[in-house]
Amino acid sequence: MSDTGTRAVGLEEDAKALRVGVDVGGTNTDAVLMAGRRVLRKAKTATTPDVTTGIVRALEGVLAEGGGQPAQAEIQAVMLGTTHFMNALLEGRGLARTAVVRLCGPATRLLPPFCDWPEALRAAVGGHSYLLPGGHEFDGREITGFDDDAVREAARDALANGVEAVALCGVFSPVNPAHESQAAELIRQESPDVSLSLSSEIGRVGLLERENAAALNAALSRIAARAVDAIRGALADMGLDVPVFFSQNDGTLMDAEYAARYPVLAMSSGPTNSMRGAAFLAGIEDAVVVDVGGTSTDVGILVQGFPRAASTAVKLAEVRTNFRMPDLISIALGGGSIVRREPLELGPSSVGARITEEAIVFGGSTLTATDLAVAAERAEIGEPARARTLDAELVERGLAEVRRRVEQAVDRVKLSADPLPLVLVGGGSVLVADRLAGASEVLRPEHAEVANAIGAAIAQVGGEVEKVYSLERVGRLEALAAAKQEALRQATEAGAQPDGVEVVEVEEVPLTYLPGNATRIRVKAVGELGGHRLT
Amino acid sequence: MWQIDEDALESISIGAGILGTGGGGNPYIGMLRARELVREHGPVNVLDLDELPDDSRVICVGGMGAPTVGVEKVRGTESYRAVRAIEKHTGERATALISGEIGGSNSLEPVIPASLARLPVVDGDGMGRAFPELQMTTFFIYGLPPTPSAVCDEKGNTAIIEDAVSATWVERMARAVTIVMGCAPVFAFAPMTAADVRRTAIPGTLSLARSLGEAVRRAQREKGNPIDAILATVPGRVLFHGKIVDVERRTTEGFARGRVTIEGTGDDAGAQLVVDFQNENLVAQRGGALIATVPDLICIVDAERGEPITTELLRYGFRVSVLGFPAPPLLRTPEALAVVGPEAFGYQAVYAPLER
Repeated sequence: MSDTGTRAVGLEEDAKALRVGVDVGGTNTDAVLMAGRRVLRKAKTATTPDVTTGIVRALEGVLAEGGGQPAQAEIQAVMLGTTHFMNALLEGRGLARTAVVRLCGPATRLLPPFCDWPEALRAAVGGHSYLLPGGHEFDGREITGFDDDAVREAARDALANGVEAVALCGVFSPVNPAHESQAAELIRQESPDVSLSLSSEIGRVGLLERENAAALNAALSRIAARAVDAIRGALADMGLDVPVFFSQNDGTLMDAEYAARYPVLAMSSGPTNSMRGAAFLAGIEDAVVVDVGGTSTDVGILVQGFPRAASTAVKLAEVRTNFRMPDLISIALGGGSIVRREPLELGPSSVGARITEEAIVFGGSTLTATDLAVAAERAEIGEPARARTLDAELVERGLAEVRRRVEQAVDRVKLSADPLPLVLVGGGSVLVADRLAGASEVLRPEHAEVANAIGAAIAQVGGEVEKVYSLERVGRLEALAAAKQEALRQATEAGAQPDGVEVVEVEEVPLTYLPGNATRIRVKAVGELGGHRLT
Repeated sequence: MWQIDEDALESISIGAGILGTGGGGNPYIGMLRARELVREHGPVNVLDLDELPDDSRVICVGGMGAPTVGVEKVRGTESYRAVRAIEKHTGERATALISGEIGGSNSLEPVIPASLARLPVVDGDGMGRAFPELQMTTFFIYGLPPTPSAVCDEKGNTAIIEDAVSATWVERMARAVTIVMGCAPVFAFAPMTAADVRRTAIPGTLSLARSLGEAVRRAQREKGNPIDAILATVPGRVLFHGKIVDVERRTTEGFARGRVTIEGTGDDAGAQLVVDFQNENLVAQRGGALIATVPDLICIVDAERGEPITTELLRYGFRVSVLGFPAPPLLRTPEALAVVGPEAFGYQAVYAPLER
């Protein structure tokens, strides 16, 4: 494992070939133009309702600003991070009519698909489901045999009911995905147009959560296909004839075709990109990242250049899923947080984007956390003289409270008591002191305000495997080797350069109450994007 | 008598998680399964031990196998078939059902056959908490026969264990069958009489789980202190407040063993608490001195939300409260301590009862 620089060490210090990273956030769309490890240009624009317009504006910002447009031939790829599919779920609009085909034999029938969904969302997707023969045991045996006719019959019934997208979920498909693939093939024969989501390609062990994720994905398939087409069309209109990649929740890339098929994998890429970008800018692989926004602060931890994933269930639009989302602690504290005097309170309410009118340093009358930072001469924002009149004791106590809450969050995300470097990013980072308990050093890298777009630009390609092994039968080292081999193969298939792929994460979870030493092994491998490498 | 409706299910699943003392499996799936049936057939009646008619025949049911498998190959109505299998084998009809283990996912298993067979469930169980093995239920500790017992899978297979020289042998044989069946079967045991249940069951544990869950939910809703709410519901005390600074794990013989170290905060600042676990929390030591041991309940809960933290989720940095509850009297007798005392789990320690 490399111990210098970030995991993007494959990138050269400076290079002729260029990479563009774009991050579409709830408020802003940011873009960066990078040559190797160097940030050439950056742009921040408002996110537009149609998303695409904001992306185009941000791209124009980095491609046309100053010194003329770089030659198109030099741009190798555009990497996009977007969480905008989330809104479609929350609003329940434009969702595809979705059916779930569960391959389970007699197992699991008491809890049918959609059983713990909010009624409105279930109604919005139609909620058709079919429980069919098939599925596997934890050790890979079939629960019952696969039944071609049953799948065909279900497919015809679904199509007759106007279903546009099908989620396939087999019991223990992360251990053996064969039945899901067979069913997908048969359904495709019945209708080449229906969109298919395979749970084994999306989630992990945990039937309902994985099935839910696949069903959400299926429901988003139409929107995703349209969005991906629109973005590609817009790039073509700009004369950018380059491959487009989307960043996933885990910080790796998928190509546009894959993104159109698996939009849920991109849904929480924002925080991941921000953390990966922070690590890259600071040149560290193991660090705490503190992203201070206007209303809230996210604190996460990077392990070998990737955000540590949360182990608990993640709810998307009130539906339980088991995605690997970054394990973040969010505190309701940011640059716009409103400060109350007696008793002293910071947040949770915030002036948000109205800070430039309401904060004291901008001539307003609301005391915000930013005013405290300016009064303490940590930053020159607005008209600093306005903040100088603030009571010194109030300023001191307020900033001490900021420090206490950030320190507490930092302590909670850390894996051990050892101090770690801390990287500060985000517009509100002036609130945070240069010395914090638990931090060996506090870094404020340049370009930190576009860390998320940089995170997208430096993303790599990955492969992930999760299987249950009986270690009595195969031996631990052999099982680990097999899992690693499979992860490396998947990363290479996904487009990574074979020579640069390495294993970045290995997790072994012994299954309790089982003899035979049954153990769930999960391995993740990543590598530099092949053919698009910036050399 | 009271009834288990949808709201009670939600509360019981939280309370059962706390009584799981770190193990027992996640009650979420069990809650969903019971909810499907309660929605379809209506609430299930709960009887106190005193309310059981003298001629009752009470069957104990529960799930076996690995919790990790149970969240993937989720169980269905197998426990209904297991009850019917015991009835067929013994020629006796069940009149009520009871849980073998109130801690964790088994707490709600009897609700499933009870709903389908329109039978009441008994307000009590065989552990008063969670333990890893069958012979650790009070029914068997106090001499009730563990056979005939039935193990059923989702495919329609049933194995009857006709006879066994001890409950430990039932556990061994049932476990072998469990693996063949794909690790998510259910079991049921020979019917017990009302007198048997009154003598050997831990009383009132379903109500206790419900009250605990209600207290935590109310505290969360009203932004109160859930730890105070828990202690106002169950007699017990705070063993320690602090932050997890180390978690060490290893797996031997299919059990997740390990040790968590907690550094004190507030009144406990400067002190350290070490809790050993083997699926469940077993022993707590403060500065090297034993302050609580199995069978007393050692529960680690989130200091802010009051929700239980299972042993596999323990992690550095969590702010936790460690709560100690005296084990029910039936777990504190010499007969019980021989099976579920600290020595039974390999500790040299002599059981020193935790007082309130």
